[in-house]
Amino acid sequence: MSNARVETKLWVWQRLSAAVLAVCVIIHLVVIVYAVQDGLSAAEIISRVSGNFLWLAFYSVFVIAIAVHAPIGIRTILKEMTSVGPGATHMIMATFSLIILAMGFRAVIGLFNASIIG
Amino acid sequence: MKIAGHRNHAHYWAFILHRASGLLLAIFLPAHFYVLGLAIEGEAAMDGFIRWTDAPLVKGAEVILVILLAAHLTGGLRLMALEFISTSESSKTAVAVGAGISLAVGLAFLFNVV
Repeated sequence: MSNARVETKLWVWQRLSAAVLAVCVIIHLVVIVYAVQDGLSAAEIISRVSGNFLWLAFYSVFVIAIAVHAPIGIRTILKEMTSVGPGATHMIMATFSLIILAMGFRAVIGLFNASIIG
Repeated sequence: MKIAGHRNHAHYWAFILHRASGLLLAIFLPAHFYVLGLAIEGEAAMDGFIRWTDAPLVKGAEVILVILLAAHLTGGLRLMALEFISTSESSKTAVAVGAGISLAVGLAFLFNVV
């Protein structure tokens, strides 16, 4: 695939994921401000999301969109502002995406299955 | 200090803020997921960390993170509006509106958290 085609595809994925993230981040910010009102605790977080399929779906979409969006952004910064080569920037992008997917889903599934003790 | 012409511009600073906020949020993400993943080890492990975040310095960092997230959101919406809707100079207003919304979200968080 030519460089121009790769750049165009990454640009499109960056914008598509940004559109999804715009909705997710607005919901996330509202939840953050609401959740901290009475002080944040593990019990509060777990009772809100544990066993709730709607939050599971929401946070799954959120993590996937981040795993697409953030690594492309990191690659753009590396490409435009550093002397890191194209092969390395792609490798960093792919590795960062996998880290976000793995850690993100570990947290999402962990919270979905978590239970409050006592 | 004299600032070069092309840098003395709202759009330039919006661009820098968008890049910097994106980079800082990306660096923060793995730590955020790690803490949320503590739920696997149980409520106590997660609560132990949450108590640590009660320290004023950490609270301050949290407020900055919330502002950065809101700034990256509004900066991104501005960027997409520029690319898909208009290239007019009126987007300077969008920079100001975005900054205002970001600070308002940060303040809403701050007042609820303290």
